[in-house]
Amino acid sequence: MTPESDVEVIEIRLLLEAIYAKYGYDLRDYSQTSMRRRVLAALAKSGLKHLGELQHALLGDAGFFADVLDGLTVRVTEMFRDPGFYRAFRQRVVPVLRTYPLLKIWHGGCASGEEAYGNAILLEEEGLYDRCQLYATDLNPRALEQAQHGLYPADRFALFGENYEKSGGKSKLSAYYTEAYAQVALRESLKRHILFFQHNLVSDHVFGEMHVIFCRNVFIYFDPGLRQRVLEKFAQSLCPGGFLCLGAGERLPRASSLPFVEFSPEERIYRHAG
Amino acid sequence: MIGGSLGAVQALRELLPQLPADYRLPVIIVLHQYRHNGESCGRLLAEHCALPVCTIEDKAPILPGQIYVAPANYHVLIERARSFALSIEPPVNFARPAIDVTFETAADVYGARLVGVLLSGASADGALGLRCIKDAGGATFCQLPSDSAEGTMPRAGCAATAVDRIGSPQSLGRQLLEFCP
Repeated sequence: MTPESDVEVIEIRLLLEAIYAKYGYDLRDYSQTSMRRRVLAALAKSGLKHLGELQHALLGDAGFFADVLDGLTVRVTEMFRDPGFYRAFRQRVVPVLRTYPLLKIWHGGCASGEEAYGNAILLEEEGLYDRCQLYATDLNPRALEQAQHGLYPADRFALFGENYEKSGGKSKLSAYYTEAYAQVALRESLKRHILFFQHNLVSDHVFGEMHVIFCRNVFIYFDPGLRQRVLEKFAQSLCPGGFLCLGAGERLPRASSLPFVEFSPEERIYRHAG
Repeated sequence: MIGGSLGAVQALRELLPQLPADYRLPVIIVLHQYRHNGESCGRLLAEHCALPVCTIEDKAPILPGQIYVAPANYHVLIERARSFALSIEPPVNFARPAIDVTFETAADVYGARLVGVLLSGASADGALGLRCIKDAGGATFCQLPSDSAEGTMPRAGCAATAVDRIGSPQSLGRQLLEFCP
């Protein structure tokens, strides 16, 4: 590690402290390497020369900060990403969910909402959606706004449709949206049981007893300590026997006191042991 | 640290057998591949090496004597704590995993103790990453472009920086032995 990059480490830490002190977004315990890349990309995009200038600019201008926040948090999601996971969810988790009269499902870190809508489609096809309340939360208000609208660029739906079919979809994905002007508008009825709201996994408390928590490809941006803290919150929130679903590249820490047991380890589905 | 795309699996089948079971350096492989294909690619390579092969998982420590293969559809970043971090940020150079992302972050962490290898491939991804490795003092290898199924990637690597060694996969594999402590 060169001394120059040491200075950079300090400057990034200060920048994240400044964001936390001024705006309350706690990005301090995110994985360092990927945060560094996003901070440097935000700096390049801003046209400013030094991280210190970026810090000064975003402290003084909330609108500019909102732009920067968009770059610092990862907003990409995908509908039915990892079709194998959704197949397993349909085949193994859905039968358990049928035994409940009412289901609460939380999408933690839902970004622009594609995955939550995908799940609404799955639950609709399984005849469960009218028993469900989905809570889809994210820290980024702009991402949530897009999620609430349910409007997406049409060019991504070729991939989503392919994912949907591989995931065991029972219809055609196109049955769930209308397309015009290179935009896709998801069917309004999919929104009837989804509540989108701002919630920060790092600093906010849990808000209810859940049967399923989806938190796929969020922990990849957290450092191990922060991941542990958030997993403890999930453990508090899940009902006994409730399901926790992670992304394909993620795994629960091996030696851990957390009350989770493997349910479908290949697909990263865990269950609350309590 | 090895990157490749089209034709690189064949090259790896020739390169990896050169590494003996007691090879101590961790080997990290980033291949462009079909998006749902990560696991099978690892299995395919495992048949050809004396070293254990595994698919990279988020936050896993980087251990010696192990061959790591990037999972499909994630970028792989190297953390200063000598561990992996995955990301689903948008594709870079139309690729996810992108070789540049892994090479650049690895150069930052390992500096002069890193060897970057670019194999056959039909894109220029990895060239900038190879330059980062060189600039950080690491060693750079490229498969001989004329000997590659697709020469674009190693040729771009050679254009981006003064590459230290150019050769066939077998010979690059043998030369990797010089870097084992």
